[in-house]
Amino acid sequence: MQDRTNPPNPGLDGDDKEIVVVTKPVWQRLLANPTAVISVLCLMVLVLGSVFANAVAGSDPLRINPSIRFKPPSFEFPFGTDNLGRDMFKIVLHGGKTSLLVGAVVTIISMTVATVLGLLAGYYRRVDMFLMRFVDGLMSFPAIVLATAMTGYLGPSVGTVVTSLSIVLIAPSLRVVRGQVLVVRELQMIEAARAVGVPTMRIFTKYILPAVSSPILVQASFIFSAAILSEAALSFIGLGIGSEDISWGNALTESRNYVSRAPWIVMFPGLALMLAILALNLLGDALRDVLDPKLARRR
Amino acid sequence: MNAHTNVEAAPLLAVSSLSKRFGDVNAVRNVSFEIERGKTFGLVGESGSGKSTVARLVLRLLEPTTGAVHFDGQDIGLLNASKLRSERQHMQMIFQDPYGSLNPRMTVEEIIAEPMLVHNLGTVKDRKATAERLIGEVGLPKSSLSRYPHEFSGGQRQRIAVARALSTRPTFIVADEPVSALDVSVQAQVLNLMCDLRDQYQTTMLFISHDLRVVQFMCDVIAVMYLGQIVEQGPRQRIYEVPSHPYTRALLSSAPGTDRDKRTVLEGEIPSAHNVPKGCAFCTRCPIAENICRERAPQTTQVEDGHSVACHFA
Repeated sequence: MQDRTNPPNPGLDGDDKEIVVVTKPVWQRLLANPTAVISVLCLMVLVLGSVFANAVAGSDPLRINPSIRFKPPSFEFPFGTDNLGRDMFKIVLHGGKTSLLVGAVVTIISMTVATVLGLLAGYYRRVDMFLMRFVDGLMSFPAIVLATAMTGYLGPSVGTVVTSLSIVLIAPSLRVVRGQVLVVRELQMIEAARAVGVPTMRIFTKYILPAVSSPILVQASFIFSAAILSEAALSFIGLGIGSEDISWGNALTESRNYVSRAPWIVMFPGLALMLAILALNLLGDALRDVLDPKLARRR
Repeated sequence: MNAHTNVEAAPLLAVSSLSKRFGDVNAVRNVSFEIERGKTFGLVGESGSGKSTVARLVLRLLEPTTGAVHFDGQDIGLLNASKLRSERQHMQMIFQDPYGSLNPRMTVEEIIAEPMLVHNLGTVKDRKATAERLIGEVGLPKSSLSRYPHEFSGGQRQRIAVARALSTRPTFIVADEPVSALDVSVQAQVLNLMCDLRDQYQTTMLFISHDLRVVQFMCDVIAVMYLGQIVEQGPRQRIYEVPSHPYTRALLSSAPGTDRDKRTVLEGEIPSAHNVPKGCAFCTRCPIAENICRERAPQTTQVEDGHSVACHFA
């Protein structure tokens, strides 16, 4: 995806002069942005650590070993051990698998639904009326309360967490997409496309979607972090993924009784969580700066 | 085919009693005109006079409040969505803003070939060949085809828009202020190009502009619009030599090149379409307005064959 919208200097509008605007690809501009580079590196460490948790930390993170309870961080147990003698390093890495996977799946589902509905709502007035009232309804509760109610009703499991978070996180993204579509649909290129006889479906895919893809990408990074955080919050209050699985939120729940005795049990899952969310939010900001130069200049 | 010969003799476009309201604004009021095959019809007027709305009504990009548009003998208001879409290959449009009317994420080749693609004309190879021919005809190098609109200047982009409009070989093109956004030095080049291609393709045109010189250069028949109505309409020579409506006279005399002391300078601005004056819409600014103008709207009368005017004193 490339930003090709900056108009050439109108003062140079001699008809035979060629105006070449050099626009570097997005990834090149991202590489020039230190915040983006640092956050991508952080995320890569977390993702790779989780994906290759077996290789990095070893398997069977839930194995209980009472003989090594409450060991502080050491060379053998980099993150220490918890009240049941489990290796926190394994728990954090294996827990990351669940947390990041839930975040990714929720992001994909909710952003896809929000994009499709946002396109329809932004383009068709009648759909808009209906959908926006629905969104107003969803947004009149804090998302986490709604998700709590849903998981409480459906029972804790990875499936219900993903389902309920996907639903509650549709609303804010739908707003974002719809708002962008409302701007783009008024552009003359849309009228020109209609005048040419371009079918509506092609107007969506070839004209509107590419024009709104940058804000969608930015929004996706924020939704990713919101999903991870919400999953942790749900797991923390026992309405998350269930105790047979581990995630960062789960790890925090079980360890919170031992904060004063063994702070590392809380610290490391919390740190991983914080790092993931901070990196995603910073990446979102950096993406916005890179994809929307006008906004960046104003700040 | 008897019906066919009749259609050939009939005007390509017939607009009858077209009106458009936006809320409480009467943007276009009872506009009627016909465009004969191969002719270029000019629509002039100040900004806010409803010219662009007429263009969009003619192509049914907007639905008229009342009135009908007959294109090539059929009422396009009666076509369903898919028939209308397919009919669009015969009527294309060139827009004012060459920066806004081209999709920034498509290459020039995709832009020019898109009308053929969506109307299923020719094979991929044919479309590529047509795009290559057209880009040459509008005076741009073939290498332009693989580039994106932002790499071109305004005039060059308008040439691309012209190539796109011609790619389905339409019988009718609406040009809505096609050169107004361009530098004066570039305007003439683009106008010449449009003139040449119109003659080459024998295209019928509806040409919209606020610039009388541009219209004089391009058009066979001219209609002058004021506040959503056509106040005078006639062949080019008649309009320029014996303008009958005081508004037309004022417009002509304010064109650059007229002697300063011979100018009729209109007072004030065009009234808001929210609040159209009673009687003749022009009475608030008319230099020859009398009481009757403030009370009764004038009828459109023929002053000579094909030359009509809406004024009590014409």
